[in-house]
Amino acid sequence: MAPLALVVVLAGTAALFVLARGQEPRSPGLDAARRMADSVLAPVERVLGAPVIWVHHAGDSISAYIFAGSQNRALKAQLNQALSWQDKATALQVDNDRLRALLGVKTDPPLPMVLGRTVLDARGPFANTRLVDVGAARGVMEGNPVLSDHGLVGRIVGVAPNASRVMLLTDTESRTPVLLSRTNGRAILTGDGGANPSLAYLRTHDPIRVGDRVLTSGDGGVLPRGLPVGVAVKGLDGAWRVALDSDAVPIDYVRVLLFRDFSQLVPAAALAHRSIPSIATGAPQPSPSAGTAAPTTATSGLSVPRSAP
Amino acid sequence: MRTPARVFESAPWMAVTVVMCMVGSIIFAIPLKVFGLQPPEPVFSLVPVFVWGASRPSITAPLVILGLGVFQDLLWGSIFGLWPLCLLAAYLFVYAIRRFLSGQEFVIRWAWFCAACAVAFVVADVALTLADRTLPDLPGVAAQWLVTAALYPLANRLTERYENENARFR
Repeated sequence: MAPLALVVVLAGTAALFVLARGQEPRSPGLDAARRMADSVLAPVERVLGAPVIWVHHAGDSISAYIFAGSQNRALKAQLNQALSWQDKATALQVDNDRLRALLGVKTDPPLPMVLGRTVLDARGPFANTRLVDVGAARGVMEGNPVLSDHGLVGRIVGVAPNASRVMLLTDTESRTPVLLSRTNGRAILTGDGGANPSLAYLRTHDPIRVGDRVLTSGDGGVLPRGLPVGVAVKGLDGAWRVALDSDAVPIDYVRVLLFRDFSQLVPAAALAHRSIPSIATGAPQPSPSAGTAAPTTATSGLSVPRSAP
Repeated sequence: MRTPARVFESAPWMAVTVVMCMVGSIIFAIPLKVFGLQPPEPVFSLVPVFVWGASRPSITAPLVILGLGVFQDLLWGSIFGLWPLCLLAAYLFVYAIRRFLSGQEFVIRWAWFCAACAVAFVVADVALTLADRTLPDLPGVAAQWLVTAALYPLANRLTERYENENARFR
């Protein structure tokens, strides 16, 4: 009987795996099971992790005391560097404000965010997820981007009332549209369970270089544009990969951006207009004597200045 | 007056092992970075899979392993059904080779445990590659296999305890 039971259970499990994977939209039963598990695991891990955090903080305090001298020298050097950057930044800010005012550019409104603590970290090659201790009760929704102090960590894939599951950029399931800030080239950041996700479908007119900054492109509307991701590096396998900014910082606290879609970035009144404003194109104008209106194309709200021939 | 022979109860033995695996997995999932490095993430469930497959195959064991696999999926947030599939594949492997394990030395049994772990990881690799169209990071897979294979002393201890407890093996 034992071999028969084994074969039956194995076949059932294989069927479960195939069905669970192929089901779109996801099964409500599986989602509910995950939510329930996350709700139970989050407080358990928070309690178990508390002594680890205390020890970690104590270790930080001791090392800060021991290395105070060298840290002081390093911080002074950084401060000198930062002061020179401050002058440049001030000048650039003034220029930027003036040009924005001239062009009438509207900046994106700041997005609300909530701070959460990581209470569970799955870091194997087959699943890279984290559990954070903020959930639907704080307004977190599926798809919200998650950032550390330095860069994008991943996005929310499951929400319980007081906990959320974050799929990291390194997970094998993770696909994130990104751009290279230097060339504006596009790529899809593809996780494979390793520390450095690869850049797939790379499209750029200028060859990519080691050290190029990688940001979210906002394509597809899942994530806002411009969130820092990391820098391009050449992998040992010859593929272009990204050294993630979020790797450089501790993993305990994260920020969940309450970003739903791009409608948040536009005033509601602007969205209420049903008609799209027309723009003048560079098409040849008929003579006033013909008495007909100039041809217009309703393509976007941006006005294109007509250049003299 | 003769005392009756102690009958070995497999259910509590299994339950205690399952709880220990769950606690081990939960503890190793605590977020921690020491000198910029994170601790490894061994698959504790492969220990009972090996012991139950080698020492006491039963109808209950595959069902308990299924439950352990579902727990792993829920804990780590992996695709539903991935770990039950891997653990049961490893159990099937151990069940198939159990006659080679009896009476073997510690090192030989350890080698078979490594092979059983390898079966689980290969199945996970293939399943994820088919599901996500991405081959998981092989150095990462090798690292997790190594730390899981290092758990064999626990499996050996569990086997010894089982054989000492079980009156039929005395």
